[in-house]
Amino acid sequence: MPDEGPGIGIVETKRAVVFTGDRPLVLASGATLPEVEVAYETYGSLNEDRSNAVFICHALSGDAHAAGLHEGDDPGRPGWWDNIVGPGRPLDTDRFFVICANVLGGCKGTTGPASIDPATAKPYGLRFPLVQVRDLVEAHRALLRELGIERLLAAVGGSLGGMQALQWAIDHPTEVDGAAIVAASARLSAQNIAFSAVAREAIMRDPDFAGGDYYENERRPDPGLALARMIGHITYLSEESMREKFGRRIQDAEVPRYGFDVDFQVESYLHYQGQSFVERFDANTYLYMGRVMDYFDPFDDPVHVQNQIGQGRTSFLVLSFDSDWRFSTEHARLMASELRGAGAPVTFQEISSPHGHDSFLFAEPPEYHRTMAGYLDRLADQRGIPGREANG
Amino acid sequence: MRPDLDIVAALVGPGQRVLDLGCGDGALLENLIDERGCSGLGVERELDDFHACIGRGVPVTQGDLEQELPRIGAGDFDVAVLSLTLQAVSRPDQVMTEMKRVAARLVVSLPNFAHWKLRAALALKGKMPVTDALPYQWYDTPNIHLCTIGDFERLTAELDLKIDRRVPIDANGRRVAGLANRAPNLLAERAVYSLTG
Repeated sequence: MPDEGPGIGIVETKRAVVFTGDRPLVLASGATLPEVEVAYETYGSLNEDRSNAVFICHALSGDAHAAGLHEGDDPGRPGWWDNIVGPGRPLDTDRFFVICANVLGGCKGTTGPASIDPATAKPYGLRFPLVQVRDLVEAHRALLRELGIERLLAAVGGSLGGMQALQWAIDHPTEVDGAAIVAASARLSAQNIAFSAVAREAIMRDPDFAGGDYYENERRPDPGLALARMIGHITYLSEESMREKFGRRIQDAEVPRYGFDVDFQVESYLHYQGQSFVERFDANTYLYMGRVMDYFDPFDDPVHVQNQIGQGRTSFLVLSFDSDWRFSTEHARLMASELRGAGAPVTFQEISSPHGHDSFLFAEPPEYHRTMAGYLDRLADQRGIPGREANG
Repeated sequence: MRPDLDIVAALVGPGQRVLDLGCGDGALLENLIDERGCSGLGVERELDDFHACIGRGVPVTQGDLEQELPRIGAGDFDVAVLSLTLQAVSRPDQVMTEMKRVAARLVVSLPNFAHWKLRAALALKGKMPVTDALPYQWYDTPNIHLCTIGDFERLTAELDLKIDRRVPIDANGRRVAGLANRAPNLLAERAVYSLTG
């Protein structure tokens, strides 16, 4: 795959106020949010008939910075999905106008529990309403209205991002030509919810959690959030990738030190993941996103889904990875079969990759990006969007 | 489209839900979806063919049809198509039984191992036959369960499948008429069947 090349260069995160006091966001639960600001980035250019927009929905810990570099960034550390976005890459910025926004309830510039509640002039904390995947989608749609885009060529995403793409296509079938859903699930298993519960408890039992009102305190529930991330990270990797990366090797030594401190490399790695996470992420957002996934169940009313799907012509791409045990291929197969049952055209592939749940972030094996590129190109061809070579 | 696929397509009704097992590059399904208003699903193991389906906008599951079939719901399709693939599966009888479970109608095409050219190769030369319809050597052939038109019809009877149509065709997939129609087991290189359960 043509993943080489310079990428898209310098980008910046922009912000848009998409709901205001006189036009609040009414959530699926009935609660309202009077003010919603969305942080987003765009790559490539919107064509004249506004038909080439591809929306990237990010996963639990993602943000709007999907690709390129911010001014002054280390060139080796571009946005989180840079390998798939850019000239000649599957989300080809010579062909598509790519948008990525931080989710509602996030902590990377979009309104979330750390934002100031206009009613109290203090951070929301746990007074931020529980949001659902469909609320995340509504915030994205509001951003698109600001950008003057009525219809997406595709919504794409991995994990929680895939859930958003799925919900988007179900809720607004005439607004999405294609939904590419990668390493996702339409219904968390008991095991998924169990892991989520342990992560949540790790945060909430931290003495510095303070009922979610820690923003103005000296200490934050960092140990709890780090522990939650460590637990999560175990579920993102496969046993094979852990064996290859760490095996039973000892950190900074040849022989074990025999004790209760970090000794094995895998322990050191998890600690590092936990520690670096607390520097960039908010514990409350972690709780909210965990619940967003736990409660996600878009097929709970199959007749409704069938009616919705029947109104549009969305084509679906469902991808899973054989080493992903967080959202295993069985999750993807079930989703594909439920979509087909609702009358949707679905292409499904299980891709062999050693990277576990995280596989959706990798460019290898090339089969993954080959499928993504082929699928997006077909959608673009159908809409008469000039091909890659026409831009060359 | 290959001429034999035209014959298969003619056996599918407009607007029907079609499952194409071993759908190749998706040409048949694309035709049925675009020209006949069908909805469809292909199953294809080979990656290049799978990507060709994506390029045509044909919905497809990448995988082995014998593993995918049991995952499909009973009665999910109006027609299940198996075109020149029966001889390459590990258990043709089980595949046919599964097809009967998931679809009301089966459209199956197969090479006829009793065609006179093959009989002659065996009888006169004492060699495993290599023909236009069966172009492989015995050691590299994917065709592990070759049968004759007579064998196939005995299997359909055992599986309680009724033959609604039988179309004898040549190696180019063109329909053969006259004598071949009367003695297909000797004179037809291939045949297309439409069966109901």
